[in-house]
Amino acid sequence: MADPEIKSYEPHHESQSAAVTESRPVRIVAMAVAFAFLAIFLLMPLIVVFHEALAKGIGAYSEALASSDTRSAIRLTLLVAAISVPLNLVFGISAAWAIAKFEFKGKAFLTTLIDLPFSVSPVISGLVYVLLFGAQGVLGAWLKAHGVVILFAVPGIVLATVFVTFPFVARELIPLMQEQGNGDEEAALSLGANGWQTFWYVTLPNIKWGLLYGVLLCNARAMGEFGAVSVVSGHIRGLTNTMPLHVEILYNEYNAVGAFAVASLLAGLALVTLVLKTLLEMRYGAEIAATRGH
Amino acid sequence: MKRFLLGAAALATLFLASSGAWSADRLLNASYDVGRELFAEVNKAFVAEHPGVTIDQSHAGSSAQARAIAEGLGADVVTLNQVIDVDFLVKKGLVSADWQKDFPDNASPFYSLPSFLVRAGNPKHIKDWNDLVRDDVQVIFPNPKTSGNARYTYLAATAYAKEAFKGDDAKVKEFITKLFNNVPVFDTGGRAATTTFVQREIGDVLITFESETRGIRKEYGNDKFEQVTPSVSLLAEFPVAIVGKVADEHGTRDLAKTYLDFLYTPEGQDILARNGNRVRDAAVAAKYKDQFPDVRLLTVDDAFGGWSKVQAEHFAAGGLLEQAYGSR
Repeated sequence: MADPEIKSYEPHHESQSAAVTESRPVRIVAMAVAFAFLAIFLLMPLIVVFHEALAKGIGAYSEALASSDTRSAIRLTLLVAAISVPLNLVFGISAAWAIAKFEFKGKAFLTTLIDLPFSVSPVISGLVYVLLFGAQGVLGAWLKAHGVVILFAVPGIVLATVFVTFPFVARELIPLMQEQGNGDEEAALSLGANGWQTFWYVTLPNIKWGLLYGVLLCNARAMGEFGAVSVVSGHIRGLTNTMPLHVEILYNEYNAVGAFAVASLLAGLALVTLVLKTLLEMRYGAEIAATRGH
Repeated sequence: MKRFLLGAAALATLFLASSGAWSADRLLNASYDVGRELFAEVNKAFVAEHPGVTIDQSHAGSSAQARAIAEGLGADVVTLNQVIDVDFLVKKGLVSADWQKDFPDNASPFYSLPSFLVRAGNPKHIKDWNDLVRDDVQVIFPNPKTSGNARYTYLAATAYAKEAFKGDDAKVKEFITKLFNNVPVFDTGGRAATTTFVQREIGDVLITFESETRGIRKEYGNDKFEQVTPSVSLLAEFPVAIVGKVADEHGTRDLAKTYLDFLYTPEGQDILARNGNRVRDAAVAAKYKDQFPDVRLLTVDDAFGGWSKVQAEHFAAGGLLEQAYGSR
């Protein structure tokens, strides 16, 4: 890849500041529409979540969060994210690396496959695991004979989460790595670095912001996934209930405070993700612009 | 690579850990959607009498639970709200065919019925099923094609009409069609219908299980709603059964039996009654008599000749339910 100084002279970077042709009223209307949308669809639900969670006071709120079922739901969600995010980190880097830096047969097919979880309804992805690993499924009898429990237990939840979240890192990295090309790596290799050194000292620094961004999104989704996890969970309290599932169950039990208290944690997670992302962009804006390429 | 290995190791540990989670003093009770508070209370009392025992709970829609168990959810016992869901497990070879004889009262330690909830003061003077087909009344219940709760409502209304019109099928059909026409929104499940009635304030009367109407009043205020018990309704049994195949694998059959027997003890029955369910024990029933108004209850067997007949005539594709629902 070209180093940043050269890159900043490239014409397409100048085009951002050029030519704002729309008249002022048009811009104001566009902005108003955008903000109204954000307010109605994002801000108001967020306010409702916190309002309902605190409807019966801070005492009821903390009591709801302290219940053992809720705590185990939080633990499980953290565990699932702690397993599936690193797995997808490794997968995402490998897939992006393969697709961006090499030419091989079936590349287009692999790219399509990576997008599959985005295009398939999460409920269907959950059902696929039921059909595979369920007692009446393809592998059900074999698994049972060997005493392996996947479905309606933590492994099933992890598998479903990995499936749903695996495009996030790869999708973030592929365009970035494609844009950066092989130049830096080739230079490193020709200077005598081995493969691992090349990755660690050359590729990784180039992609780190894109990677971090992908990991943040991946993590947010891993913790928030409902559909696929719901199908494979079995809904056993204290054992296989994740936070999103727990929210639904509490709500169905007329426990609005409890439901919205857990929902507020999930919303808090989303906010933290957003803030982290914004902070990163503010602090390392120039660098990110350089390495993310747009 | 290191991370990958760590992840793989974690996953492997989980596989092993989860396969060893079962033991002879641990039961999983797979139950219907809104039964958690009830069974949390039951379990607490049961564990107090049997120290060292752990009861895990799983709650989802009754039919969804039956399907999950067929796919391998390791439930030792089921406490569902529809007989046909247990029958489904019989077909899958998980529950013995004569499960209804394993426990007293058709293996249904408690029961409920479709009942009415109206707004405070009962402004539309709704007393019985025939009030529901009046032009000025809007009725809320979920879609009988997706909700077991609403199926009971549909059957109860049909049973009422059959009696009222002395078996005149054309008139019964007209009655049901009129009833469906008075429903402004068909939600998919009981809870959604409750939200429509209580929070969106649509409709004059909500029809759902009596045990539910009590929960709603408790949650949203006794002064906002009134219970109305119709003159006649349908017995809704809440069946319990040991999932024999699973219990034998886990070595929990005895504990499972003790657990379900506990529901029939005076203590168990008292907890059930406190939570709005009608119970079998005469002494306990007498104690909570004023909470459960008298109502004549028909059974599916008496009114329709059994569940399999209901399934074939009413709920099957092109059956009577679809005809009435489709003709709206």
